[in-house]
Amino acid sequence: MSVKAISEYTAEPMDTVDKFHGMQLMYIYWKNHLMFCASFAFLVDPEMSFESMLTNTFLPAIKDHPDSGKINFESATWLLNGNDFNASMELSLRENKIDHKSLLTITTPELNGLNSSAT
Amino acid sequence: MSAKNRKLNLKDKYQYLTRDMAWEPTYQDKKDIFPEEDFEGIKIKDWSKWEDPFRLTMDSYWKYQAEKEKKLYAIFDAFAQNNGHQNISDARYVNALKLFLSGVSPLEYAAFQGYAKVGRQFSGAGARVACQMQAIDELRHSQTQQHAMSHYNKHFNGLHDPAHMHDRVWFLSVPKSFFDDARSAGPFEFLTAISFSFEYVLTNLLFVPFMSGAAYNGDMATVTFGFSAQSDEARHMTLGLEVIKFILEQHEDNVPIIQKWIDKWFWRGFRLLSLVGMMMDYMLPNKVMSWAEAWETYYEKSGGALFKDLERYGIRPPKYQDVANAAKNHISHQAWATFYQYSKATNFHTWMPDESEMKWLAEKYPDSFDKYYRPRFEYWDRKQKEGERFYNDTLPQLCQVCQIPAIFTEHESPSVLSLRQVEYNEERYHFCSDGCADIFNDEPEKYIQAWLPVHQIYQGNCDGSNVSEVVSNYYNINLGKDNLDYDGSPDQKRWQEIKNNGSK
Repeated sequence: MSVKAISEYTAEPMDTVDKFHGMQLMYIYWKNHLMFCASFAFLVDPEMSFESMLTNTFLPAIKDHPDSGKINFESATWLLNGNDFNASMELSLRENKIDHKSLLTITTPELNGLNSSAT
Repeated sequence: MSAKNRKLNLKDKYQYLTRDMAWEPTYQDKKDIFPEEDFEGIKIKDWSKWEDPFRLTMDSYWKYQAEKEKKLYAIFDAFAQNNGHQNISDARYVNALKLFLSGVSPLEYAAFQGYAKVGRQFSGAGARVACQMQAIDELRHSQTQQHAMSHYNKHFNGLHDPAHMHDRVWFLSVPKSFFDDARSAGPFEFLTAISFSFEYVLTNLLFVPFMSGAAYNGDMATVTFGFSAQSDEARHMTLGLEVIKFILEQHEDNVPIIQKWIDKWFWRGFRLLSLVGMMMDYMLPNKVMSWAEAWETYYEKSGGALFKDLERYGIRPPKYQDVANAAKNHISHQAWATFYQYSKATNFHTWMPDESEMKWLAEKYPDSFDKYYRPRFEYWDRKQKEGERFYNDTLPQLCQVCQIPAIFTEHESPSVLSLRQVEYNEERYHFCSDGCADIFNDEPEKYIQAWLPVHQIYQGNCDGSNVSEVVSNYYNINLGKDNLDYDGSPDQKRWQEIKNNGSK
C-alpha cells in the first residue's frame, strides 16, 4: 500500500548500493552461535572471492568464539537469502550471486555453541 | 451576571474557556483551516461529543503546574546540597539514568512537538485544548527530567550530551525513529500511537519501572520527578482512552483504520520496551520486579481488560500479542547480551550479573534463563576474569522498521533468530519479525528512508571508518570513560572513593 499523505508521497531508498562507494552490504548469520547477538553486517568488495571473504571478513569477526577455529567448511551448509546455496570458493561474491544486502546463513553441523547451548 | 454568581462552576468554566473559544468560520472554508483532518480516512461527525473528563482550563492548569514545580525544585535543590547521589544503592544504578536521559527525555520533547502540531489540526476545540495541555506537560517533563538528573552529571560519566546522542547513537535511533514515525503520520494516527497505544496501553511499563527503580535504589531526585509527573500521566492516560472511544463512536468506517494502527503501535511500543526490560532485569542493583512480571501485570492483565472493553466497538487485541506475551521470558536477556557486547559504542557501562543476580534471574525466568542465557553469561564472566572481556567488534544487522539489531528469536524456537526479508522495488529489506515486516509492507515508502546507523557508518557518513572513531567523533562519547565494562571504570573508582571516605 502507499503512504496516506496530504499530497503525492515519494521517497528515495536510503541504502542503495550506489551509496557504498563500490562496496556492498552483506550479512552473515552463524546458526546456533547466539553469543553473537545478531547477524553480522559487513561492508564487502563484491569482487573479492568467497574464500577470501571467509578468511578476511567472517573468521576475524567470530574469532572470540571457541568454536571459531573448529569450523569445517567442507561440511558446513549455506543459505543465501533463505535458499540453498553452494558457494564456489574461488569465485567472487558477485559471481556467486551474492548481491547487495544479501543474507548468508551458515550451519556448522558439528558445532552447536558453548556446551551445545546454541550460543 | 450577579455578584454572588461571579465564581463559575467547573462545568461552565470549562465551557466558556475551551469550547466557547472556538467559532464557526464564515469567510473561510473549514477544510482550508484544518487541512490535515480528513486525509487519513477518519470520519468525525460531531466534535461536540468529545468529552474531557478532567475539564481542566488553562488558568487552573498554570496554577496547578506552578505549585508542583515549586515543590519539585525545592527538593532538587535539597538533593544537590545534600549530595544525594551518595545515597543511591550503587553507582551501577546511574547507568539506568544515562539510558533514560538519552533515550526517554528526548522523547518527551518529541511528544511536546507532536502534540503542539496535532493540536493545531483538529477542528474540535475540546481536542485542541487537551493536546495543548499535553504538549506543555511533555515539554515540562523533558525539562524536569533533565534537571532531576543533572546533579549526577557532576559526579558520573556519560550524561554530558543526551540530545546530541539521541540524534546519532546507534541504539538511540530506536526510540528516535519510534517518535519520528508517529510525528510524521497524520494527527489521528499520532493520537492512536502516542495517546492510546503508548500512554494508555504501555506507559505503565515505562514509567513505573523507572520511577520504582529510582525509589528502590535511593534516587530521591528522580522519584520526586515521578511524583510530580504522576497527575499529568493520569490525565494523558485518560485522554488516550477518550481519544480512541471518541473516534470509534463517531463512525464505523473508523474501526478498521484504528485496528490497523493499534496493531502497528502495539508492536512498535513492545519492541521499544525491550530497553526497559533490560533496565529492570539487569541495570537496577535493587530490583523492583522482573520484566516478565511487569508485562503480566501491566499488559496481560490490564491490557486484557481494556481490549475486552473495546470489543463492543469491534476492536480485537493487537495482532502478534501472543508473540509479545511469549517473548516476555527472553527479550530482556537478549537486549542485555547485545549491549554487553557492543559496550564500546554505548554511553553507559555494562557488566555481567553476579552469582546472586544470576540466581534471581533463574528464579524469575525458570523456563528460559538457565537454558538459553546462563551459558553465554558464565562464559563471558569467565573470559573477563581471565582478562579477555568480550566485545563484538563487528556491526550487527538492523531491522528496517524498529532499528533494533535483529537479535530476537523465533516465537517457538528461542535458539533461532527471527529474520524476515522483503523485496520492494528491487531492493532487499530485512526485519526482526513479522510484526515489523507487516508495518513495512503497509507503507514501504515511509520505511525505505530509514536512517539505519549501521548502514550510515558503512556509507561513511558518521565521521569515521571504525567504531572508536565514530564513537568519539560523531557520538561525542568518551571511549573507555563513558562506556566499556563497569568493572574498572572511572565511575566505579569514584563510587569506591565515596563509600570509603564518606562525603567528599
